[in-house]
Amino acid sequence: MLDEQTRSGGIMQSINGRFVGLLYLTPALAFVTAFTVYPFVQMIWMSLHSWSLITEKKYVGVGNFVKAWHDPQFWVSLGFTVKYTLLITPILMVAGFAIALLTATNMPLRQFTRGVVFAPVVIGLGASSLLWYWLFSYDFGLVNRALIDVGIMSKPVLWFGADANLSMWAVITSIVWKVLGFGTILFVAAIQAVPGEINEATMVDGASYWQRVRRITLPLTARTILLVTLVSAIGSLLAFDQFYIMTAGQPRNLTTTSVFLIYLNSFPYLKLGYGSALSLILAAVILACTILQIALTGRSHR
Amino acid sequence: MKAEPETRLSMGHLRISDATATWRGLAEHIFDGRTKYLTAAACVLLCTVMLLPLLASVLASLKSTTEAAAVPPTYFPHALSLDSYRRLWNFQAGLPTYLANSAGAALLTILFCLGLTIPAGYALARFPVPGKEFFFVLLLLGLIIPYQALLTPLFFMFVQFRLHNSLVGLAIVHTAIQLPFSVYVMRNAFEAVPRELEEAAVIDGCNSWQVLVRVFLPAIVPAVITVSLFAFITSWNELLAALVIMNKDSSFTLPLILAASRQQTSIGGTDWGMLQAGITISIIPCMAFYLLLQRYYVAGLLNGAVK
Repeated sequence: MLDEQTRSGGIMQSINGRFVGLLYLTPALAFVTAFTVYPFVQMIWMSLHSWSLITEKKYVGVGNFVKAWHDPQFWVSLGFTVKYTLLITPILMVAGFAIALLTATNMPLRQFTRGVVFAPVVIGLGASSLLWYWLFSYDFGLVNRALIDVGIMSKPVLWFGADANLSMWAVITSIVWKVLGFGTILFVAAIQAVPGEINEATMVDGASYWQRVRRITLPLTARTILLVTLVSAIGSLLAFDQFYIMTAGQPRNLTTTSVFLIYLNSFPYLKLGYGSALSLILAAVILACTILQIALTGRSHR
Repeated sequence: MKAEPETRLSMGHLRISDATATWRGLAEHIFDGRTKYLTAAACVLLCTVMLLPLLASVLASLKSTTEAAAVPPTYFPHALSLDSYRRLWNFQAGLPTYLANSAGAALLTILFCLGLTIPAGYALARFPVPGKEFFFVLLLLGLIIPYQALLTPLFFMFVQFRLHNSLVGLAIVHTAIQLPFSVYVMRNAFEAVPRELEEAAVIDGCNSWQVLVRVFLPAIVPAVITVSLFAFITSWNELLAALVIMNKDSSFTLPLILAASRQQTSIGGTDWGMLQAGITISIIPCMAFYLLLQRYYVAGLLNGAVK
């Protein structure tokens, strides 16, 4: 009935509306075609060539991919990126959920805490990385100063540049501080969406707080936890800023992440063909993660 | 669909625990009280840990030149000084240039995002466009192909079209990053507008453009704010694309010049005081917008990040 009204009303649903609608859609479609679809196709083409801005391009087939397979740095970067992701994601999820449980009720102090935990999310990754680069610096950093003052260490530690593991943990510390609030705020929303009656019912049954968390809150927020885990993991797989600024890939390019390796090949070295091949491999990895994410979202929507 | 944590008060847990305490006995009540203090203590501790780094940075930016370079570093400045800000003001092309570049790129990104996604959201929500679902997925393509992977071909393209070292070029990449989120938010906003409003306008003889301007635009203001806010924060903070596209000192954005200032400064080694001044300045607009528009930020996150 509503449809008939609009039809008789005129423009929106008419044949004319199809063209008008398409017209409104055109700018965005043109933009995506020009700056996402076209570059993607171009990238596939480039990945099949030895291509640099300086020398003439040459068709090499899958040569760039074979080169990546035999490039030790490719595996070092991929391995390091995956290791970083596997270490930081559980920390972010567990800590984020714990803080969400702590602050989920809307009382002033808890709301304030939520706001404070979320604050670093809005500042830039570059700015926060520079901030922690200073905090962790050998001579000038407050981390070394504080750890010595408290008595945990007797002399300063060289966080960046000497030991890849130490560098990674320093970076992880900074990123946990920076993005903890992202998961927290989404978890809080999910926890608050648990119907109050369910909690009340189990409370009358005498269930303790932790029993309720385990039996009700966790199962009912499982979907959010899963999705935040995936979003967060994809973000970590694409890590660049924090390593570019804090470790610069050192020592010996052991902390050069996958995106960092693409950056190094494509831009300072201008090996655009090889950079494209590496980009394509990265895109495939991310695509797999995203398909998983969409599949999970789509299923629970229906 | 849209969760609003600020308005939905699920205080049930605590209120009920007070009521049940009367028949659960005194011991439990005492335990509840202690839990309350423990949670409060945990909240205070958490806030302290989260705020300390920011506080340390702001304080360090206010140290004098010699104190900022002291080994070991001091916790609190002995005397407040704006030296670091003065040095930053005159650093290389000068802070005003970098601020203008960052603000310009952010403003263009906001304009591009709104200009592209308001009409797109309108079309997706309200017109019988053939193949609509396909187009929608196409617009969300950026979610599937990360921009980090597209920078190599984009760089090549921008060199050909002389869009490198240009704010328009940088804003194009930032818009590409933000487009999927913006389209999603806009489509949802248009769908939420009651049909009766637009029907009345159509009967009054408005054409589709007039309906958009008179009926829809006033109704989707929150979505416009959300899209603009996220576009600003992305563009203002983005480092990698800026690093690739901007390679002239004078076209650097704020994150770029700060990253560069780790090595090349006027005082020889890293100018830590100036670095902290730069960090403080780059954080201020993000914090200000966040504090002013917190509601839109959270709504945007819940709307776009996970769905």
